[in-house]
Amino acid sequence: MTKPAIEMTGVNKWFGDFHVLKDINLTVQTGDRMVICGPSGSGKSTVVRCINRLEKHEKGSIKIDGLEVNDDPKSVAAISADVGMVFQQFNLFPHLSVLDNLTLGPIKARGLSRRDAEERARHYLDRVRIPEQADKRPGQLSGGQQQRVAIARSLCMEPKVLLFDEPTSALDPEMISEVLDVMVALAEEGMTMIVVTHEMGFARKVADQMVFMDQGEIVETGPPSTFFAAPKSKRCQRFLAQILQH
Amino acid sequence: MTKNFILLSIFVILAGCSGSSSTWGWYVINPMTASGWINIKFLVNGMGATILLSLVAASISMTLGLLVALPGLSDKRGWRIVNRIYVEFVRAIPLLPMLFWVFYGLPIVFKSMGLNVPIDPFWGAVITLALSDSAFTAEIYRAGIQSIAKGQREAAQTIGLTYAQAMRYVILPQAIRRILPPLANQFIYIVKMSAFASVIGMQELTRRANELVVTEYRPLEIYSLLIVEYLVLVLIISAGVRWLERRMGADERR
Repeated sequence: MTKPAIEMTGVNKWFGDFHVLKDINLTVQTGDRMVICGPSGSGKSTVVRCINRLEKHEKGSIKIDGLEVNDDPKSVAAISADVGMVFQQFNLFPHLSVLDNLTLGPIKARGLSRRDAEERARHYLDRVRIPEQADKRPGQLSGGQQQRVAIARSLCMEPKVLLFDEPTSALDPEMISEVLDVMVALAEEGMTMIVVTHEMGFARKVADQMVFMDQGEIVETGPPSTFFAAPKSKRCQRFLAQILQH
Repeated sequence: MTKNFILLSIFVILAGCSGSSSTWGWYVINPMTASGWINIKFLVNGMGATILLSLVAASISMTLGLLVALPGLSDKRGWRIVNRIYVEFVRAIPLLPMLFWVFYGLPIVFKSMGLNVPIDPFWGAVITLALSDSAFTAEIYRAGIQSIAKGQREAAQTIGLTYAQAMRYVILPQAIRRILPPLANQFIYIVKMSAFASVIGMQELTRRANELVVTEYRPLEIYSLLIVEYLVLVLIISAGVRWLERRMGADERR
């Protein structure tokens, strides 16, 4: 058996006195799609932020492709090479054109020539279906378009794993599907993904593994078929009832 | 009530000025007479020194300020303390005592270290103005950089940029638009504070006005012209800054 893409064992984290992650154990195999859901404040965003070291875990271990996540420069370099991230608030660089947003990382961090980086950027803009917006500023695009640019920016770094932290939560309802469509296409191409989201339709369609978190703990995991049909814990039943009602 | 008092004050001042013609002596700076023209040229010739002094001091202050601001933005407490101590200490020293200390004291410090570093009035004034101002520019940089959302820094990190690259390509280009107006204020402040260089003998605008007052004994007229000289200088700088801001604003909208 090959090494898992991501392996978290006994991960704990505190924000001051607040125990935000309690003994998190998760394994994601290469090519797997994991969807994490749960009420706000349950620690689901913190889990993905720990994987790419935007937050530091205080106990336990996180391994990416077998390599320990810590402050060692080698580890930091490996994280940025292997793990891409899509944020709730897009976090595009507003002072740069769409094309420059996409080429900045490949040119400065990977040492690609401008021509190669632009070629790669246009390829991924095609993939997220907005090739015509390359020369605009992020501020001139709709929220859905901005999030697709952000996905393309992550893809330009050609990561092995892509993390999504509530990618559609800041979007108007009519723009959610254009972003989800891109994510479904990525999943179908075999991208390893961890997605924090409340979009249960998306989860049913692409997830191999569902994770429900509450109060810093993993309460329930399982394949979507059993997770949605027969949730075991009370908390998970209540949560699903609430968000599936609408 | 207050309004009447103000009107009365203005009347008294005006009456006082024009009531007796012997209080005015504009002839000292009358460009129509040969001696008046010579005096004006003498005064205005200090402009170059004031401008050079301000420009050099401001450039050093803006560079030094950034170097001081960066540790203040660190998530390591030790670095932030370094920043706090520098800012609080330098900000607390009045300009004139600092000028005396640098001009008269610093050469002695150098000598005790076995170095012979003479400090002339120009460099004495440059060092003092730059040091004193850097505490303020450091705070301006820090506030400007902190105002850029944390997500920008995080996004830069996730596409593999180092700290220095994230600053250079992502944070500073955005922060500079917010930093520029208060930085321009600081530059105007330096131009005005450069007048202190006159007390250590630097031949700039104020020093020349003082020297002319001693020979002509016409303080009112000469200092009035001095004030106008600074006013013109500052208005030119303000216009330049507005032009720069417009250009950058246009750049962001494009």
